[in-house]
This record gives sequence, structure tokens and C-alpha cells, in this order.
Amino acid sequence: MTAFVPVVKSRSAVADRVFNLVTAGAAWLVLILLGATAASMAWGGRLAFETFGLGFITSTDWDAVAGKFGALVPVYGTIVTSLIALIIAVPVSLGIALFLTDIAPRWIRGPIGIAVELLAAIPSIIYGMWGLFVFAPFMALHVDPWLNDTLGPLPIIGAVFTGPPIGIGMLTAGIVLGIMVIPFIAAVARDVFNAVPPPLKESAVALGSTRWEVLSRVTLPYARSAVIGAIFLGLGRALGETMAVTFVLGNAHDLSISLLMPSNSIAAAIANEFTEADAELYRSSLIALAFLLFVVTFIVLSAAKLLLLRINRAHGKTH
Amino acid sequence: MTFAAAGAALFLSACGGQTSNQANQAAATTAVEITGAGSTFVYPVLSAWAGDYQKQSGVKVNYQSIGSGGGISQVKAGTVDFGASDQPLDSAELAKNNLAQFPIVIGGIVPVINVTGIEHGKLRLTGALLADIFAGKVKRWDDPSIVTINPGVKLPSAPIAIVHRSDGSGTTFNFTHYLSQVSPTWKAGPGEGKTVSWPTGVGGKGNEGVAAYVKQLPNSIGYVEYAYVLQNGMNYASLQNAAGNFVLPSAETFSNAAATADWAKAQDFNLVMTNAPGANAYPITASVFVLMPTNAKDPSRSKAALDFFRYVLDSGQAQAKKLDYVPLPPELVKQIEAYIGPKIK
Repeated sequence: MTAFVPVVKSRSAVADRVFNLVTAGAAWLVLILLGATAASMAWGGRLAFETFGLGFITSTDWDAVAGKFGALVPVYGTIVTSLIALIIAVPVSLGIALFLTDIAPRWIRGPIGIAVELLAAIPSIIYGMWGLFVFAPFMALHVDPWLNDTLGPLPIIGAVFTGPPIGIGMLTAGIVLGIMVIPFIAAVARDVFNAVPPPLKESAVALGSTRWEVLSRVTLPYARSAVIGAIFLGLGRALGETMAVTFVLGNAHDLSISLLMPSNSIAAAIANEFTEADAELYRSSLIALAFLLFVVTFIVLSAAKLLLLRINRAHGKTH
Repeated sequence: MTFAAAGAALFLSACGGQTSNQANQAAATTAVEITGAGSTFVYPVLSAWAGDYQKQSGVKVNYQSIGSGGGISQVKAGTVDFGASDQPLDSAELAKNNLAQFPIVIGGIVPVINVTGIEHGKLRLTGALLADIFAGKVKRWDDPSIVTINPGVKLPSAPIAIVHRSDGSGTTFNFTHYLSQVSPTWKAGPGEGKTVSWPTGVGGKGNEGVAAYVKQLPNSIGYVEYAYVLQNGMNYASLQNAAGNFVLPSAETFSNAAATADWAKAQDFNLVMTNAPGANAYPITASVFVLMPTNAKDPSRSKAALDFFRYVLDSGQAQAKKLDYVPLPPELVKQIEAYIGPKIK
């Protein structure tokens, strides 16, 4: 009996060590993969960086015939469409999540929750085709002319909403992207809101808070960091989305302030042009673009982390 | 030794045409599979040929449509038995890489429009005008330069929406090659290439992407391969050719362009036959070129591939017609057969 116990102990200790090693290995693998990906893209794009230097980032030229490449248009298009996507997706997603956790009658929560999760499972090509065949004509017929007529004449923001009513461009791409990322943000936010301890909300209600006050003063502050995490999960998806954007963005290497004009995104440019990029410099420039997408994503996510830290410090929270 | 014998049998069977089917079948047991890669444009007809050819000879032709650029680099690297490209290589590059080149099938590139009130094929455009439209210099459908050559055609007072390819493509190469031929300003500006820096417009991915955009956008103009025009029932313009006549795209006018193009003078068939001189020649006619090594590592495979292409040139051209491609004119086939015999060993 007494001899048996240490054996179990040592076996469980070994198992524990192995388990630790496996999980540590899994975590390190991600870091190594990330580093290797970044390094190999930087290496593949070195010819472009050597040839154009900093001009690769600041130039709007993209001329395969003349062998001149600059990444400003796709970088700009990627960031603008992703921002539009977030502006649309964040309020809608939080609305969905709050409705599902706090407001909706119990019987409707299941069906809507499942619908949100199914939305996340639709392949992006389907969103792209829907965007091209259904949504772009709708934008061209109804939204673009309205924007041109009502917002177009305004002094400063007018230029942003003036353009040919073709239904294809940064605004359409941003909206389609927004619809695509809604389920990602909504699903995580719902789980987070569900995790808010009921006594907190109940106390607020007992103190005479309205429903809005409970949401804005209790639920949202409690779940803040996790909600921001969910938003950046959605942003990450929007930045890297390829197929849906290719269909509705217009794939034109033009820099324009107007949201109604066609533009390009990094992922779409790579998908479009890689197969026939037969010159060394051309291929290298496309790989350099991929590296820039990596850098842009990294900067955006780091900025988010910093923001989160500052908010938490200001509110005296540490988790 | 058996390889060489089989190769010889293949070669003889090819020369003998249809009479020596048995020799063909015997050879098939040695080289059962040949591989190729390249042009996406030629893929539908090439896979139809491959299917028929396998039934007849037992030789399997494995073709990957990875794009012309990919096909060229694969055949240079020697990983495939043949490559297919929409853009010919020049003799110097062929010689450097020990490659031979010949055209295999013809297609046409057609300006497609979506303008209500214009009947199919009724809009007339000159080459220079087409270049100015795609350059964004002629911005409206009721521009005087369009109106004067289209008497009696009701043109809308609307801006022209331009649609071009967003992906690198042989179609774009042939189209911009044509524009460069007929417009000095285009030649100096965007120039010719598989991807060019378009001054204006939206880009669709693939022929299907351009066709979809043109169908969606009112008052738009784009360019697609002829087969897409037929399959999608799209409206198109007639083009003024080098002889000054306005011609519509059709198998006949493409064939006419191929027949009047000066193949005899083109070394290694290095000829893009846009703006061909014939009176009834369609100006944006393109061909797909096959690239093969002249000193293959495995001559039996090379011979098998060559045998396949002899079959294609001989009896496969009718199949091409069914799929809206255009057969090569007979004189050109003769020139090709005279070329490949001594060139590819």
C-alpha cells in the first residue's frame, strides 16, 4: 500500500512534465512559425526593398510594364476598407450580443445565436459573389446616387462621397467586409457578456439603473478587454480577407479620397497578380506586399494592445 | 533500346497519320503520360483534345492551367514535357533555353459593351478610338469621335465605365499589344504586357470577372475572349482593321487574320498577329503557343508529346471549332509540321 503511492506520484509527475512540454511546444511552434513566415517574406521581398527603398511604401506607381512598384494604394485600400468594416460591424455586433444576453426572451436566444455562428461559417467567396451580383447593383442604383446628391455637395466630406455610381469600390467592399466580421465579433462578445456575474447587474438594477445604464456602466466596462479582443479578431480577418474584397473592390491601382472609387487591397493584389508575375522584380514586389500586410497587421494589433493597457490603467484594472 | 524503338514507332506512326493505329497503341505502353502546364486560355480545348487522344492512343496528357508565366518557367526548368503560352518568346530566349515554339490554336479578343439601345455588333470603333477610350481620354459615349463613325446609332449621353482584367493575363497582353500597334500614345503610355498600369476603370478577375462587371455596369466597355461573348450573349463592337474595313469577330475573320499574318517571315513563329493585314481579318486575333525542349532529358516523352500535337494539328482542329476556338489555317499547319520535324529531337 505504502509502496504504491509514490509510484502513482512519480507517474503523475512525469505525465505532468510531458503535458507541460507539449503545451509549451505548441505555443512556441506558433511563435516560430510566425517568425519564419515574416523572415521568409522579408527575404522574398528583398529585391523590391533594395530596388525601391522607402519609395516602395510611399509610391503609388504600380506598373508591371515599366517595372515600377509602390505599395501605397493597396496598403491604403486595405486599411480604409477594414476601418469601414469595423465602423459598421462593432455597433451591430455589440447590439446583437447585448440583445442576446440581456434583452431577448429566452426562447429566441438559441435560434439567433445559431444563426450568428452559421454566418461565420459561410465561405468568403460566397460573400464576394453576393456582393458582386446582389449588393453592388443595389449600391449603384440606390446608395451611390443618394450619397452623390446629399453628401457630395458638402464642403469637406463631400469629396469622400463623390464618384461614379458603379457600385464597386471601397465603400461597398467595406460594407461587405463588415457583414463578414459581424459574426466573429458578435459570437465572442455574447460569450463575454454571458460571463458578467449576474449579482453585479442585479445590484445595478436594485439601485434603480435603467437597462441602458446597466449595459453602459456595468456590462461593457466589466467585459471591456475581452470585447476589444473580439473586435481585433474581426479586424484581423478584415485586413487579410481576399476573395470577397477582390470581387467588389474594383482592383484598380488608383489612390482616391473618394470611397465610391475602386481601389486595391494587399491580399487582393497578391491573389490577382501572382500567377502571371514572371519578372523577378514583379514577384519580389508582391512578396514584399505580403510582408507589408504582416507589418500593418502587427502595428494595428500592437496599437490595440497599448490602447487596452492604457484604458485598464486608467480604470485601475489589471486583467 | 526499347525506348528508342518505341520512339521510332511513334515517329513513324505520326508521319503515317491515321494508318498505323496499331503502332500508336504499342508505343503508348511505353510513354503513358505526358505533362504540360501554362495558359488558362487553351485549357478547355486542350483537355478535350487530351480526352479524345487518350481514347485513341492510350497516352494520357496531364495539363495544368497555371497561367502562361508559370508554363514558361516550368518548361524552362524541364519539369514538364511542354508549356503553353499566350505570348510568344523571341528566338534568342528560345535558343538560350533550348526550346522550340509553335502556335496550336487561335482565338480572338472582343471589346464587349453594355449600352442599352445599341444592337449587337452595331457599334463601330477604330483601334485608335479604342485606345483613347481605355486611356480615359474619350470619356463619354456621345463624344464626337464616337458619334462621327457611328451614324444612325443612338449613343447615350453618359460616361463610359471601363472594365479591364485585374489579374495578369495573355488576353491583356494581346489586347494591349493591339492598342500599342494602333495608338502611339498608348504605346508610350501604359504600353503592352500581361498586366499594365491602367489609367482608369475597374478590374475584374479572369474573363468571367470582366464579363460579370460589364454585365453589371451600365454604359461599360471591357474586353474578353470570344468564347465568353458567345456563352454570355454579350453585346460587342466591330473594329476597323488595318485594311480599313469594320469587321465583326467570328471564326472566319479570326481565321482570315491567321492566314494573312506573315508567319513565313517570323522566326520560331514569334509573331503576335494583332492588326493583321487581310481585308476581312479581325484585328485582335491571338494564338496560343506550345513550347517544347529541343533536347529533352527523356526523348521518348518528348516524342510522345510531339505525337500528341501532330494529332491536334491534324484531326484535333475540328474539336477546337466546337469549343469556339478557331483552327489554324492549313498553310500554317504545313509550316509548323516542317518546323517541328527537324527541330525537336
